[in-house]
Amino acid sequence: MSILNKMFALKQFCRNKGYSTVLKRCLTLNVDTAFDNKVYRLHQIETGPSITSELEKAEALKLFKQMDMVRRTENALAGLYREKKIRGFCHLVVGQEAVCVGINSIMRPQDTIITSYRCHGWAVLRCESISGVIAELLGFQSGAARGKGGSMHIYGPQFFGGNGIVGAHVPLGVGIGLKHKYTNDGAVSVVLYGDGAANQGQVFEAFNIAKLLMLPVLFIVENNYYGLGTASHRSSANPEYYRTCSFLPGIRCSGMDILTVRESTRYGFKHILDGKGPIIVEMMTYRYFGHSMSDPGTSYRDRDEISSVRERKDAIQHMKNMLVESKLATPEEIKAIETENKKLVTAETEKAFKDKETPVEELTADCYKSFPFPMRVPKMHTWIPHKNIGKYGSVSK
Amino acid sequence: MASRGTITMKNMTTLGKVLSRRNFSTSKALGAKQLTVRDALNSAIDEEMERDERVFVMGEEVAQYDGAYKVTRGLWKKYGDKRVIDTPITEMGFTGIATGAAMAGLRPICEFMTFNFAMQAIDQIINSAAKTFYMSAGRVNVPIVFRGPNGAAAGVAAQHSQCYGAWYAHCPGLKVISPYTSEDHKGLLKAAIRDPDPVVFLENELLYGVAYPMSDEALGTDYLLPIGKAKVERPGKHVTIVAHSKAVETSLEAAKTLAGKGIEAEVINLRSLRPLDFETIIKSVVKTNHLISVEQGWPSCGIGAEILARLMESEVFYHLDQPAVRITGADIPMPYTKSLEAAALPRPEDVVEAVKKILKVK
Ligand SMILES: Cc1ncc(C[n+]2csc(CCOP(=O)(O)OP(=O)(O)O)c2C)c(N)n1
Ligand SMILES: [Mg+2]
Repeated sequence: MSILNKMFALKQFCRNKGYSTVLKRCLTLNVDTAFDNKVYRLHQIETGPSITSELEKAEALKLFKQMDMVRRTENALAGLYREKKIRGFCHLVVGQEAVCVGINSIMRPQDTIITSYRCHGWAVLRCESISGVIAELLGFQSGAARGKGGSMHIYGPQFFGGNGIVGAHVPLGVGIGLKHKYTNDGAVSVVLYGDGAANQGQVFEAFNIAKLLMLPVLFIVENNYYGLGTASHRSSANPEYYRTCSFLPGIRCSGMDILTVRESTRYGFKHILDGKGPIIVEMMTYRYFGHSMSDPGTSYRDRDEISSVRERKDAIQHMKNMLVESKLATPEEIKAIETENKKLVTAETEKAFKDKETPVEELTADCYKSFPFPMRVPKMHTWIPHKNIGKYGSVSK
Repeated sequence: MASRGTITMKNMTTLGKVLSRRNFSTSKALGAKQLTVRDALNSAIDEEMERDERVFVMGEEVAQYDGAYKVTRGLWKKYGDKRVIDTPITEMGFTGIATGAAMAGLRPICEFMTFNFAMQAIDQIINSAAKTFYMSAGRVNVPIVFRGPNGAAAGVAAQHSQCYGAWYAHCPGLKVISPYTSEDHKGLLKAAIRDPDPVVFLENELLYGVAYPMSDEALGTDYLLPIGKAKVERPGKHVTIVAHSKAVETSLEAAKTLAGKGIEAEVINLRSLRPLDFETIIKSVVKTNHLISVEQGWPSCGIGAEILARLMESEVFYHLDQPAVRITGADIPMPYTKSLEAAALPRPEDVVEAVKKILKVK
């Protein structure tokens, strides 16, 4: 039986059974036309992740809710940026929601995550509150980083942040993996990076050491086809990032189907926890906005490309379709979740706005944990004593 | 990123008008043509590429995207793939490649999307570009220009807002330029491209969209400014204010306020951080007997620290009526939020206050 037939048969099986408490699905959706009829592309491994996936109703609705929440928060931030309430960079993750939500759903409490500046999705999932994320971008004192970090530098429990330097966080993630192995805490370090970042030399240095030391690191390439205005085939001699390393196995999957994201992540975790060493998973996804809010994002790709992905591959719409088709949720239930999220984002935004910009007294705070001397500021002969204000050590367990 | 260029441009049109109006009244070139710093850089590169086949541009988004901040706009269309090369986001690699090409006789202009990312490549800039001429006892020169925006932009936080003036000025073998006006940018970039040594050319994103007057001479294709020569941007007799890049603007604004109070400040635009034109500073201090340095970079081992140390070491020290003073950026990584960002950088009022203090006026 060809793979296509097999999948069709499985699909029929799922349909005929008319599941209503469990979403069981054959995985087919891909953004990459080069996939043909395959769900996964594999490098140096025989059997890939499962081609079927199951979700219980409660979990399915939770994941839908999270994806919808990430998108709504991003859209709210886009609005605030347009109103000039948010300054500087604002890299939105709209279009790529299935990646962070899917990976997050497989991670256990002990596992850690580090990602690039495109980090709002993780911030929504990991930070103490959504109002804290919004407040951070507003530059307010109640922000997750007290207004000091902004869009690119947000941290939360077991979430080591966004990083503004393309590629730099990849070795950092391997270092976090070193800690997991060193203390034998059983955790996996998940390291996300973009297709543009994938070319940085230090990424390959990190691969090498991760493999030599057999560190528990799951490398995930969030391939959205562009690094700023450069399409991946113009930036990479080999734009198939799951097979850029001769000694690390790899998987390529759709990043627009939360089920393939989950199955690939699950496979990666198992591979690592079985002691087989680090592995690369490449998730094919797409960003709808420009690189950052002020990039129209249309000079290097045409509008048709963006709208066709939106119409045909959208991760959230796909999830909704799956929920309804499998009779796991009614359109009304979905609508109710959306309404609830909408209210929540409005409430969290209002809550964020109750606060104000971080006061000047915090200027020199938290530059060190301890420092013996006051710190110099622009005013002539003026030094401000050093102090700590933030929640010391509240990221690492 | 690139996108930020667009916003900046928008914000800058109004600021540009204000600034150019001011410059208009103080500039000798009355009625001169206005040119933005961005266009001044663009024409410098264009003219030098036209003049010398060996000159080429390499960097992230420099070709098809027209430059992240549109400095290289139109050059790829004009010169094609061979001479305007888009690179992947791999600074260490392409900086080394550009440096190697320079060693072999080409004249690369290596663009960093911002100098923050040149930190990925700083080993090639210093260990390969800066030191090779000396290590080879003059046998291998490295005629390369490393350029891009430096220093604090607006609202982009710690990893994207840092002045590398002092970092590079520290290194023998490099020439380091930190220009202010459009004439500075054009004349010095052209000189840098023609220079036989490696030059670090530090621009400022917030100045790209600002228009300054250009003399007829400066509009010509042979306009060169000498590397290592400062410019007295505004003459005065009571106090010398030395600054580079955006801090020159801060100093000029302060000087204007001070003029209203009868204090004539002499503002020196350093233009070049290495070689550093100490002669011009000496001449000024001998006249004013007071010195304040202004910079956006950090205080420790900064440009101001260097100038003050040289004053201490020289006879001009005896011409000082008061200890010289540094006004610098705050000694912390740059915060994101506007309230803290503003407090982390020298403002005209900080300079005014310092001048009044050392001149002991109220
Ligand atoms: C070392 C470094 N070089 C350049 C930049 C500027 N820059 C920021 S994001 C970006 C594109 C990165 O693309 P990719 O890794 O694909 O991530 P995506 O934006 O698609 O999420 C560039 C060039 C930077 N921040 N750091
Ligand atoms: Mg990308």
